[in-house]
Amino acid sequence: MSILDYLLRRQKRSAAVAKDRLQIILAREHSDRDGPDYLPAMKRELLEVVSRYVEVDLDKIQVNLDRDGDCEILELNIMLPEGEEPIKHAAAQ
Amino acid sequence: MAKVIVVTSGKGGVGKTTTCANIATGLAQREKKTVVIDFDIGLRNLDLVMGCERRVVYDFVNVLQGEASLKQALIRDKRSDNLYVLPASQTRDKDALTQEGVGKVLDELKESFDFIVCDSPAGIERGAVMALYYADEAVVVTNPEVSSVRDSDRILGILAAKSRRAEQGEEEPIKEHLLITRYSPRRVSIGEMLSISDVQELLGIPLIGVIPESESVLQASNSGIPVIHNEKSISGQAYTDVVARFLGENKPMRFVDEEKKSLLSRLFGT
Repeated sequence: MSILDYLLRRQKRSAAVAKDRLQIILAREHSDRDGPDYLPAMKRELLEVVSRYVEVDLDKIQVNLDRDGDCEILELNIMLPEGEEPIKHAAAQ
Repeated sequence: MAKVIVVTSGKGGVGKTTTCANIATGLAQREKKTVVIDFDIGLRNLDLVMGCERRVVYDFVNVLQGEASLKQALIRDKRSDNLYVLPASQTRDKDALTQEGVGKVLDELKESFDFIVCDSPAGIERGAVMALYYADEAVVVTNPEVSSVRDSDRILGILAAKSRRAEQGEEEPIKEHLLITRYSPRRVSIGEMLSISDVQELLGIPLIGVIPESESVLQASNSGIPVIHNEKSISGQAYTDVVARFLGENKPMRFVDEEKKSLLSRLFGT
């Protein structure tokens, strides 16, 4: 890399961006792969129910399945947007 | 005991067929009796890369359906007595590949060969699963590029779940090897390409080799002579090293660092 390139470079190098993106998507795909068969469908349906009442970003929802000894723990994490009114018409249905 | 090796990747165009041709040729050069099978039914190409396309009479599907014997279908390589090619069919559908049929053919080949190299089609459909089902070892061909890495990860999941060794669970799981192809040390050094350690970290399997991007690979497939025959080519040499490592030798990685440049050219990036 030339010094000129270096001085002009403002953005993160693209290889580092590629690695970060891959780390995130592979981790997500692994958790889908290792979980039970019904997990993806259940996730989808849970998200549908939640989004009927609150407007949430899909990125703000995490569904994890953990194992603790004999016990399986389903963890649903939803970050609700601040000061957001609930979707009234949907809730009323 | 004969060993079944699958060369796979998920993504197309990363160098599976090239890798198959070179590993098989390299094993034959090392006096191992080797057969290489094209599992890409309907899109036969290994024959072209190996330079035997005009000698195809019968194919893998003919053998599976009992229309030809293995002896009739196997094509002996022009350059090596130890190497045979079993071409894919060009016309028939993928349903010809049944688990039982493929198993029978492999069992028969095991009687007379040391290595059976399976060239997987792209994708994760039947042909790809059949190519890896009976494997003892897998070479996962990956380009240092996002879609190739992701697809390789997918294929690793399939190796771990849908292969015979995974299903039966009695033997060791398939031994996996990472082969990075089309690697450009220069682009890695300027941060434009995922490095060897990045790809290894992401996929988490041991590295068997790195094939540098090189013009000689295209020239080799143009002429139907696998690049491993070209002793001057760095890609050819890199494949020779891969084969040696496959046979248990300890070879340091070559052609993975950028060539040294003068200070001036570094400064101005010429």
